[in-house]
Amino acid sequence: MPIRNVAHRLTPDQIQKNMADIAPAMSVEDATAEASRCLFCFDAPCTRACPTHINVPEFIKRLATRNIVGAARTILDANILGASCARACPTEVLCEGACVYNLEKAPPIQIGRLQRYATDPIVMTGKQVLPLAPDNGKRVSVVGAGPGGLAASAELRRLGYKVTCYDAQDKPGGLNTFGIAPYKMTNEEALLEAEYIRKMGVEFVLKARVGTDVPLSQLEAQSDAIVLAVGLGGTSKLGLSGEELDGVCGATEFIEEVRRDPTRVVLGRRIIVVGAGNTSIDAATEAKRLGAETVTIVYRRSEKEKGCYDYEYNLAKKDGVVFHWLVNPVRVVGVAGAVSALECIRMRLGPPDASGRPAPEPIAGSEFALPCDMLIKSTGQEKRVGFFKAISGVDVKGGRVVVNEGYRTGNPKYFAVGDCVNGGKEVVNAAAEAKKAAAAIHRALFGPAAIPVPQPGPRLAKPAVHPPMPF
Amino acid sequence: MVDLTSNLAGIKSPNPFWLASAPPTNSAYQVMKAFDLGWGGAVWKTIGEPIVNVSSRYSSVNYKNFRMMGLNNIELITDRPLEENLHELREVKRYYPDRALIASLMVESTREAWHTVVKQVEDCGVDGLELNFGCPHGMSERGMGAAVGQVPEYTCQIVEWVKQVARTPVIVKLTPNISNITYPAMAAQGAGCDAISLINTINSITGIDLDTFEPRPKVRGKSSHGGYCGPAVKPIALNLLATLTTNPKFNRPVSGIGGIENWQDAVEFLLLGATNVQVCTAVMHYGFRIIDELTAGLTAWMEQKGFRTLDDFRGKSVPRIVDWGDLDLNYKIIAKIDPKKCIGCQLCYIACEDGAHQSIALNPDPNVRVPVVLNDVCVGCNLCSLVCPVDGCITMTEVDNKKPQTSWRQWQAKLAASKGAAVAAPAHGSHNAP
Ligand SMILES: Cc1cc2nc3c(=O)[nH]c(=O)nc-3n(C[C@H](O)[C@H](O)[C@H](O)COP(=O)(O)OP(=O)(O)OC[C@H]3O[C@@H](n4cnc5c(N)ncnc54)[C@H](O)[C@@H]3O)c2cc1C
Ligand SMILES: Cc1cc2nc3c(=O)[nH]c(=O)nc-3n(C[C@H](O)[C@H](O)[C@H](O)COP(=O)(O)O)c2cc1C
Ligand code: SF4
Repeated sequence: MPIRNVAHRLTPDQIQKNMADIAPAMSVEDATAEASRCLFCFDAPCTRACPTHINVPEFIKRLATRNIVGAARTILDANILGASCARACPTEVLCEGACVYNLEKAPPIQIGRLQRYATDPIVMTGKQVLPLAPDNGKRVSVVGAGPGGLAASAELRRLGYKVTCYDAQDKPGGLNTFGIAPYKMTNEEALLEAEYIRKMGVEFVLKARVGTDVPLSQLEAQSDAIVLAVGLGGTSKLGLSGEELDGVCGATEFIEEVRRDPTRVVLGRRIIVVGAGNTSIDAATEAKRLGAETVTIVYRRSEKEKGCYDYEYNLAKKDGVVFHWLVNPVRVVGVAGAVSALECIRMRLGPPDASGRPAPEPIAGSEFALPCDMLIKSTGQEKRVGFFKAISGVDVKGGRVVVNEGYRTGNPKYFAVGDCVNGGKEVVNAAAEAKKAAAAIHRALFGPAAIPVPQPGPRLAKPAVHPPMPF
Repeated sequence: MVDLTSNLAGIKSPNPFWLASAPPTNSAYQVMKAFDLGWGGAVWKTIGEPIVNVSSRYSSVNYKNFRMMGLNNIELITDRPLEENLHELREVKRYYPDRALIASLMVESTREAWHTVVKQVEDCGVDGLELNFGCPHGMSERGMGAAVGQVPEYTCQIVEWVKQVARTPVIVKLTPNISNITYPAMAAQGAGCDAISLINTINSITGIDLDTFEPRPKVRGKSSHGGYCGPAVKPIALNLLATLTTNPKFNRPVSGIGGIENWQDAVEFLLLGATNVQVCTAVMHYGFRIIDELTAGLTAWMEQKGFRTLDDFRGKSVPRIVDWGDLDLNYKIIAKIDPKKCIGCQLCYIACEDGAHQSIALNPDPNVRVPVVLNDVCVGCNLCSLVCPVDGCITMTEVDNKKPQTSWRQWQAKLAASKGAAVAAPAHGSHNAP
């Protein structure tokens, strides 16, 4: 796409430096010292805060005694995507945010980095540490090899299923490979994690779009159950005139380009990102790190209502991203077919809207133009509604597939997990849902007792109160 | 103005901090450097027939992020020729006359050998002698060190020999590797020693390499019983010190040793009756410079408490150590959790539930993480307050149960009286028997 003013392209070395790990691997000393700080809370808040309920104190205790395989086993048993979650999770609002040290005004345990320390030597080297149940004779097809599909495939393999996982892309991993910011997770790491799951015995069929390349009827015929983990679609339209101009793109598409090869991305000198969610921040930060001269985020609400986490927000601010709050785009302006400016209007906060946040209202006559060479749209992703319509019994509400507590859709053969169900959350939510869906499939096919729940043994009563002194 | 000077059986030093006989006092080079930095005294690395050491020699116990919580060694006495040691002792005394310089001695168990070495070191101008009856490894196999310290008769014999010729005060350094420290201490006292120092190192094996099965420290795939010291041994040293200082028949000054790393440790030894203290591991870990923290901390504490000299507080805690049978059985405390300080780790809950008396309950609302003490069942054991990671969050508070102070002894006496029997304190073995 011809861009009016192309930014000076950084050298591959510089790009590599700018995209380097923001939470680098720990040394053995660092990890052991950090692990030793863990208080080993009872009924630990971090474990509760994790959507997959990893037994955090247990894995950390194992690290403190240098039992790395044991630590990895604890993590992967709860969350097979422990390695990517260690990198991708917004830990400050999950486990680390719940760490009791926060209440002491002390830094929380660096759970994410410790989790990476524990899982990398296992997952990145392909060392199998989880037992697989013997083949149970049943077969499941999984649609989508993103976090949801990968986790579902692995969990079903562990239960003894023969699993085939289809993905339309040329590489597995979904947004782990094509979406998460490169300074959080590299392509190599995302692919090694998928490889780990392949080694567990999951069969991958890539460049195979189910519904077109592979008919659903084939899947139905060959499978005892089907898991849909197709994620969300491309970036939503803004619905403004000039949106089709050159130099206008969607955030997820831009990020996919960055993930595929950051050294080949063509950037405008001045970039505007529309939206203030986590994806917007990622797009803005990545653009800045690739050499854009200015990156400006415009958002129609105020700073308080922004959708991104504080951690992401601070990262973007540190990178020099500029924020325009209470500014709404009204028209994309172009010169010779390429974007040259974004016409905006100032907003003010009115009474609360359906989301409970104050509704932004335009201030008449406050229009102004922000010049730019590239416009990245980031106001959400489209839903794959069309795909689901083709499956009888599968309901979609508000763009989300409707499921029960076992992630079963209205069609008893179909289960669904991940972004397509939750509307777009995190990797860890996809993993948690996948695990629940796998258990539900197992119970559906082998009966409610298929996954035994440990029962406590007998107990005598607690001893009577210590007798008082006889005088 | 606080006065830190100390006087152990006539041996004066500007402060109560001495270097214990060990690698930090191997040479004049080291001791002179230490004196420059402010150490009050030094007990020279034990002098005797020079030996040959093995390599390696040390191993340690780490606790979580703390290195060398305990240190173990299989080193012997000095490996330097006697003449060199004597020469250096003389030089150190010449340049640092105001510091206490003590010769630690260990020779074969004959009168001649002891008479000779005592004369040799005293001729160098040392201020006192410390007889090393403590070294638990190597030397004991040769009939010296702990082999003497573990047999009160031998201790008595050698102290007598030394006292026959010594012109300076004689300190006897005791081994903790014995079932009752009172016996060798009383033997040394009976033989006329001027002071006791304790403890030397405790027999130990610190650990094993789980890959090679070699115990540490490794000497060509093997190891030996070593001597344990450092912060880990302080409670044992304090106990042995108190065993002597609470014994009315014991009347010698004590130089306290074992796990002293900071001024608080030193104050504890002094409160339990030590006259001064000696330090080894802490210096091996951090160097002589720690003397600064030791003297500054002690001075500040004494100022704050209004003590002018060490004698003002020496032994202040000794009367507070009594036999268990004299403790008040009617004293009652219970745990109290400050919900404002509680961070919700629930360690107190699981400790009491699984490890004590099931006296703490979780809040019925799982979102409220502050546990609840069951006042009626709490036995006041302290465990919860010990595991609590927040200072001052769990306090043990006294409950007035309106009962008179009554110890086990008094109780037994009452029981005896109620049965019409003679009121005699029940026979109750004391830990400092002789
Ligand atoms: C830019 C961006 C940044 C993010 N950053 C983070 C982060 O830092 N941390 C975090 O935890 N989460 C982050 N997320 C969210 C996270 O990536 C998603 O929640 C997660 O990937 C959802 O997994 P999924 O498997 O449901 O979907 P996806 O990852 O989207 O995977 C869906 C897969 O299904 C395939 N597919 C779709 N339709 C078909 C079909 N018909 N046939 C075959 N295959 C099909 C797709 O090719 C894709 O590979 C980010 C998301 C975005 C967009
Ligand atoms: C390596 C080493 C060598 C020692 N050598 C001697 C010695 O030669 N003579 C002696 O009386 N004590 C010796 N000790 C014991 C110390 O003097 C001291 O009693 C003991 O270490 C306890 O004190 P600490 O906890 O401060 O180290 C040695 C200790 C160590 C660690
Ligand atoms: S003092 Fe002991 S018994 Fe009482 S609550 Fe604490 S741990 Fe339980």
